[in-house]
Amino acid sequence: MAAHTSFKDRHLIAVIGDEDSITGLLLAGIGHIDEHQKKNFLIVDSKTQISTIEAAFQNFTERKDVAILLINQHIAEKIRPTVERYQQAFPTLLEIPSKDHPYDPEKDSVLRRVQKLFGE
Amino acid sequence: MSGAGPRENVFATRMALTNMKLRLKGAETGHSLLAKKRDALATRFRAILKKVDEAKRKMGRVMQLASFSMAEVTYATGDISYLVQEQAKLATFRVKATQENVSGVLLPAFEVDRVSGSDFNLTGLGRGGQQVLRAKEAYAKALETLVELASLQTAFTILDEVIRATNRRVNAIEHVIIPRLDNTIKYIISELDEMDREEFFRQVVACNNCAKVQGKKKRDKQAITEGEANDVQALQVYPTEPQNEPNQEVELPDEPNQETELQDEPNQETGLQDEPNQETEFQDEPNQETKPQEQSDQETEPHDEPEEASVDLLSSRDADIIF
Repeated sequence: MAAHTSFKDRHLIAVIGDEDSITGLLLAGIGHIDEHQKKNFLIVDSKTQISTIEAAFQNFTERKDVAILLINQHIAEKIRPTVERYQQAFPTLLEIPSKDHPYDPEKDSVLRRVQKLFGE
Repeated sequence: MSGAGPRENVFATRMALTNMKLRLKGAETGHSLLAKKRDALATRFRAILKKVDEAKRKMGRVMQLASFSMAEVTYATGDISYLVQEQAKLATFRVKATQENVSGVLLPAFEVDRVSGSDFNLTGLGRGGQQVLRAKEAYAKALETLVELASLQTAFTILDEVIRATNRRVNAIEHVIIPRLDNTIKYIISELDEMDREEFFRQVVACNNCAKVQGKKKRDKQAITEGEANDVQALQVYPTEPQNEPNQEVELPDEPNQETELQDEPNQETGLQDEPNQETEFQDEPNQETKPQEQSDQETEPHDEPEEASVDLLSSRDADIIF
C-alpha cells in the first residue's frame, strides 16, 4: 500500500540492457540525465560485473522519479534472486526481450506468478 | 461451549451482552462487505491477469520488430549507439500516472506523455536517416506497449497485495473475531442464566426456610393458640370462678329454652289460664332467665341481689343440665 505514495512524480523510464536495446529506446526518447549527471540507463555488455548490474538495479528501484524499469531478460537472469525479491509496485519492473535473446515467458517472474494463479 | 475457545475479557452483564451482540452484528456486516470487495477485486484481478498475459506476448513480438529495425539502422548507418548516448539529455518520452478506483483500491495507470525536445535530428544525417526514423517509430510503438504492460503489471501487483490483505481480513473475521464474539455471547448468556438459577435457587431456599420457619411458626402458633385457648379457657374458668354464676349462665343458653319451655308450659298453661299461680311460682326465675338474654347488663346486677338463692338454684340446675 505504501506503493501509492508519490507515484505522481514518477515519469521516467529507466533501462538496464544491452547496447542495441538501449540505443533503440534512447532513440525513442527515454534518455534522461539529471543535474547530478546520473543517467537513467545502464549499458550491460559481457564485461559488466554482476555487482554493477545489481547496484544499478538498486539505484533505479530506489529513485523517486522512475516509473518503469525495463531490463533485458538475459540480464535479469543474471540477477534473478534480486529480481525475485523485488515485490514493490513502483517502479514497475518489466523484463523485455533483446535482439539476441528471444522472449521466454517461462522465465519472467511476473508471468510465472500469473501462470501460477491461472493454475497452468 | 461457553468455556471453550477464546473470548473477550468482559464481565457477564447485560450491557456487555448488548455490546457483544452489536459487535457481532458489525463483524458480520463487515465480513459480508469485505467478501463482496474481495469478489469484486478478484473479478478485476482475473481480467487483468488475462490482459497481462496477452500484453506480455504482444510485447515479445513488438520488441522483435523494434530490434529488427534497429538492426536495419546499424546496417545502414553504422554504430550510432555512442552518438545517441551522448545526445541523451532530457527525456522526451515520459509517462504520466493516473489513478483508477476499483472498490476503494487506487490502481495507477501509466499514460505515454511525449514532450518535444532533442529528437536526434542530426543522427543519420549522412545516411540511413530513413532507417533511423523508422527505428524511432518502432521503438516508440514498442514503448507504448511496454507502458501499457507496465500499468497492467502494477495493477496486478497492487491488486494481488490488496486481495491478499482482504482475504486475510475476511478470514480473520470469519475464523477469529466472529467465533470469539460468539463465545463471549454464549459465555455471558450462560453466566447470566447461572446467576438467574442461583437467584432462583436462593429464593427457593429462602422460601423453603421461610416456609419452614413459617410452618414452625404456624405450628408454634397453633400450639400457642391452642395453649392460649386452653389458657383462655383456663383463664375463663379460673378468674371467673368467683363469677361462676353468670358464666355458667352464659354457657347455658339451653337453660332459658328449657326454661322457656318451662315458660311455654306456663304459656300453655296461660292458655289454660292458670297464670296467676304459676306466675308467682316462676316469679323468681324470670329474673334469672332474663339474665342470659340480657347478659352484659344484667350480669353484674343480679349477682348481688339474689346471689345466694340463685347460686343454689343454678348450681343445682347446672348439675342437672350440663351433666
